[in-house]
Amino acid sequence: MYKILKAEFIAPNVKSFILEAPHIAKKRQAGQFVMLRVHDKGERIPITIADSNTEEGWINIIVQGLGKTSAHLNTLETGDHLQDLVGPLGLPTHIENWGTLVCISGGVGTAEALPIAAAGKAAGNRVISIIGARNKDLIIAQDQMAEVVDEVRISTDDGSAGRHGLVTDVLQDLMDEGIKPDMIVAIGPLPMMEAVSNQTKEIGIPTMVSLNAIMVDGTGMCGACRATVGGKTVFVCVDGPEFDGHQVDFKELGSRQRMYKKQEEESHKCFLERQMKKMKAEQMKEEVPA
Amino acid sequence: MKRERPQSFNTVPMKERLTIPRQDMPEQDATLRSANFLEVNLGLTPEQAVIEAQRCIECKNPTCMEGCPVNIKIPDFIQLICNEDFIGAAKKIKEDNSLPAICGRVCPQETQCEEICVMGKRFEPVAIGRLERFVADYAMQHGNGSEEIFGKPKSTGQKVAIVGSGPAGLAVASDLIKEGHAVTVFEALHEFGGVLVYGIPEFRLPKAILREEVATLETMGVKFVKNFIVGRTMTIQELMADEGYDAVFLGLGAGLPRFMNIPGENLNGVYSANEFLTRSNLMRGYEFPEWDTPLYRAKHAIIVGGGNTAMDAVRTSKRLGADEASIVYRRSEEEMPARNEEIHHAKEEGVKFMNLVNPIEFIGDDQGSVIAAKCLRMELGEPDESGRRRPVPMEGSEFIMDVDMVVIAVGNGSNPLISQTTPEIETNKWGNIVADEDGRTSMDGVFAGGDIVSGGATVILAMGAGRKSAIAINDYLKAKVRSSA
Repeated sequence: MYKILKAEFIAPNVKSFILEAPHIAKKRQAGQFVMLRVHDKGERIPITIADSNTEEGWINIIVQGLGKTSAHLNTLETGDHLQDLVGPLGLPTHIENWGTLVCISGGVGTAEALPIAAAGKAAGNRVISIIGARNKDLIIAQDQMAEVVDEVRISTDDGSAGRHGLVTDVLQDLMDEGIKPDMIVAIGPLPMMEAVSNQTKEIGIPTMVSLNAIMVDGTGMCGACRATVGGKTVFVCVDGPEFDGHQVDFKELGSRQRMYKKQEEESHKCFLERQMKKMKAEQMKEEVPA
Repeated sequence: MKRERPQSFNTVPMKERLTIPRQDMPEQDATLRSANFLEVNLGLTPEQAVIEAQRCIECKNPTCMEGCPVNIKIPDFIQLICNEDFIGAAKKIKEDNSLPAICGRVCPQETQCEEICVMGKRFEPVAIGRLERFVADYAMQHGNGSEEIFGKPKSTGQKVAIVGSGPAGLAVASDLIKEGHAVTVFEALHEFGGVLVYGIPEFRLPKAILREEVATLETMGVKFVKNFIVGRTMTIQELMADEGYDAVFLGLGAGLPRFMNIPGENLNGVYSANEFLTRSNLMRGYEFPEWDTPLYRAKHAIIVGGGNTAMDAVRTSKRLGADEASIVYRRSEEEMPARNEEIHHAKEEGVKFMNLVNPIEFIGDDQGSVIAAKCLRMELGEPDESGRRRPVPMEGSEFIMDVDMVVIAVGNGSNPLISQTTPEIETNKWGNIVADEDGRTSMDGVFAGGDIVSGGATVILAMGAGRKSAIAINDYLKAKVRSSA
């Protein structure tokens, strides 16, 4: 069992976990992920490591409660335990001094972009962060990002913070101001990474994306996470998770991510029903004191 | 060293032994079992086991032993069964094989011990595999684990790390713990057993049996660590330099599924056999949504390949409710690498065999899900380098069939994890670790065996390789003590 040292919501439906994991903390580099199981009948899911501390022996993950497993995970509190936790997995991000690095992130992707931005800064880059969200409440890790990069720019779909628009609009603004990125890293929802890749392909700026594929073992054994990059099949878990965004077949990956949509909905429904029952039972207990 | 002939307990006159029919193992009814995941074979009864054991004609030179990759003293344990000393028989097997309940179930006995059983020349061979399984299960049910057989050896103070808890790793662990070394097994997944847990289905090898065998090794003193990926969580160098391991055995398995590189292979509903079986076996996808991991329940499933893995996958898809589950194999049944028993069981369960057929493309709908397979009919030409006749496409034979699930079971490549993180260990052009006969790799103190060295093979061959490595590791550790003394 793997102890949760701290669990707290940092945005609606988004929870940050500090997990006791001394071995992983010691080895992990930017861009790598862990596989975890919440309970003994649980599925294995990959989650990118956002931060770690070698001395204190912990890693940090940020979880958005989207499906059954992530929703269940987000019910766990400080002091609870995970059933299984293994890592670090995947190839570390390749970092060099490109010149100007623009880190574009959306949703929980910002937490994942944070270590890459920090490593990019440490390597001597001028680093600009572009954070996108549907609205201002859903922006996470903005302060931490501001600490490590030269500049943070925000966009929201509804205009409640930063520029009213998409991350691609902000990137266009940057270039209109005469800033020429030498390297782009885009991490977030698939449509966002695809839009950024399409935009930068036209103007020829190298763009790296971090792919989020369905995985089972996470060590190359099963091939569930295969994607097409540059016309060739790759395994995201051992060949990635980061790839050249201009080469990725986003349409295929998108449809592979939806492979179990029906089953996931069923599973999520079962979970919510169980949660409701549990809540009702607890209410009953409170109402009828022994 | 010459083996002494075992004491004979067989009271049946020699001539009569030849007339005893080979005992059939009771099994679940085919219609019933094709809808459940319970074990197909039910095992011999004690009475049947004794009768079967009495069929052994006690050859002076028992060839059966030569057919066994770990040289189990087959005639000895058979005589003990004749004497109804089932526990004694189990102990006799465990002198050479620490996992008899598993091997009794999954070994291809018909191409090993039973193939060269003298009885088999004129009659049917003695059912050695069924007897092994019977005594192993009997001993397990009567609480006689290996720890009682071997006692606690004197500690050597030396530490061995075993990477991977599959058949090779478990064999090494068992042999080295008996020598008094401190043995730790590291496993990447959350359950122990490697391919025995993720690959082989419950209906062929119940997980409870596997857990029991692992528990026995634990009581003998083997330490098991799960969720630990050597190469990533800790490198081999760190295990040796920082954690003080004196030797390392790599029993990683062949962990990278091969695909066919044909159009449509990344459509939804197209699985590698590894993924399909892992979702079903390790993750219990067949109990979704009670268990969280989803799995396709297809109506028309095809499984491409003709090995044991293909049989496991096709029989699993049948159990998941497929109206039609077919094997698609590019050669004929004669060339199929699967065990006869598996092919026979699959047929009984209603699996369709489409031999001499090869898919060339999978076709999807607008959602990206597979709906059809385009195939060619094949005929057999001249033998290829494997000695089997090469399948050649028949002109104008292209046809399309409706499918809603495809499982690719055409073998495994080698996992790149160790070569990515430990370049000092030499690998060949296929990524397999290069090791000599005794499992020595190019890195001092590091040994390897099983599928990661040989490429895809069987459970018992991996165990055999593990046992050879165990001897070499023991010698290595002894030499190390001597040189430092």
